Amino acid sequence: MSHTDPIPASSLLTVEGVSKRFGETEVLRSVDLSVARGEVLAVIGASGSGKTTLLRCLNGLEVPDTGRVTIGDTTVNFSARPAPRELRALRDRSAMVFQHYHLFPHRTVLENIAEGPVVVQRRPRDKVHEEALALLDRVGMVDRAGAYPHELSGGQQQRVGILRALALRPDLLLFDEPTSALDPELVGDVLTLMRDLAAEGWTMVVVTHELQFAREVAQQVAFVDQGRVLEHGVPSQVLRAPREERTRQFVHRLLHPL
Amino acid sequence: MTEIDWDLVLGSLGPLVSGAIRGTIPLALASFAAGMMLAVAVALMRLYGNRAVRAAAGLYVSVVRGTPLLVQLFVVFYGLPSLGLTIDPWPSAIIAFSLNVGGYAAEVVRAAILSVPKGQWEASYMIGMSRRTSLRRVILPQASRVAVPPLSNTFISLVKDTSLASLILVTELFREAQQIAAFSQDFMALYVEAAIVYWVICLALSSGQSSLERRLDRYVAH
Repeated sequence: MSHTDPIPASSLLTVEGVSKRFGETEVLRSVDLSVARGEVLAVIGASGSGKTTLLRCLNGLEVPDTGRVTIGDTTVNFSARPAPRELRALRDRSAMVFQHYHLFPHRTVLENIAEGPVVVQRRPRDKVHEEALALLDRVGMVDRAGAYPHELSGGQQQRVGILRALALRPDLLLFDEPTSALDPELVGDVLTLMRDLAAEGWTMVVVTHELQFAREVAQQVAFVDQGRVLEHGVPSQVLRAPREERTRQFVHRLLHPL
Repeated sequence: MTEIDWDLVLGSLGPLVSGAIRGTIPLALASFAAGMMLAVAVALMRLYGNRAVRAAAGLYVSVVRGTPLLVQLFVVFYGLPSLGLTIDPWPSAIIAFSLNVGGYAAEVVRAAILSVPKGQWEASYMIGMSRRTSLRRVILPQASRVAVPPLSNTFISLVKDTSLASLILVTELFREAQQIAAFSQDFMALYVEAAIVYWVICLALSSGQSSLERRLDRYVAH
């Protein structure tokens, strides 16, 4: 039933028939999705299932072979190869948090957060720095504003990664396994921040292995398998009573690794 | 074994140092600056140009690296006049040296750009940068850290190679030494003295390189 659901009128993100192949491998096979404004979609699935590629197609870091991606009133049709300008227009609507943070190592924490707003969006530097410091304050890192990324723990770097995304004032936040590279004791701080953002009404697509986070924070869970959205619904259904055998196996393996 | 003529050695130090200050050093600096601009352009052409642009850039690098610097210098100064293009010694030297540096440094710059992790491009694109802005704000600053040691070597080699300009009549350190040596007939003293002046310049450059590396290291984990 999942991807044949009608697209709700209030949807902020709409993905229609997105397909992508790397050489002979079909990584995404006609994926449809929609996320309403203020909603959190958790995307789960085994490594190699295509879930990260799907996320990267949403902001053009990966260019789908066919299909359409709409964020707000920006639509890119990938049937014809999109111009760099079109990809940038799509990218402007969202901001991504990477698994390995990808902070700029030659810039301080404050400069990392301010780079996009000042250099790309041409907002006044003073205002942006003020905002960036306020963001740092909310995660208790205002004293680290002048530090370089390598001087921070992984958990701190990822929180800066999230603040860098927030500072862009996007419509949509994209998270690519944001806690997978962290030591277990550092995961909590990052998930807490993400939970707060969801509560504030940010629209988020989160590729994750954190099923508890998906259960508690997401309104929708999509299980991606072999490049398809195999199952899709509310967390209580997909995670607790999956219809598909492969979803059941995947959830079981994650909950009972031994 | 003859005695060292200290009066000659001390007396010639002034002209040699003056040749370094008025010839060797400005020649090296000007050629390096022009060569580096060329190198960055050629590296970007090789990395991001279309097939024809990449081929042209590759051919240039191949010719520069595959022919002797002295030959390149002679082609510009003694060769071009037969095509009706006569260039003075100084500009000839700067043209030949910067073309030469451009070829070698282009490969250094290209490798340095490739050494910057792909995630840095993705983060730049993510925050809305174009490729040009990403290069300028994110990729090249990080590549420069990688490129400093090999480019320092290129520059130090260039300083020494400027002695070849004496053969196209540029008044620089080595030409001063040759002229005094010819006059005094004390070749050993003058050429060793010239060698020492080159060596001192290169020592200073090496220490400059170290402090530049330390400064660029401030954001790199140790």
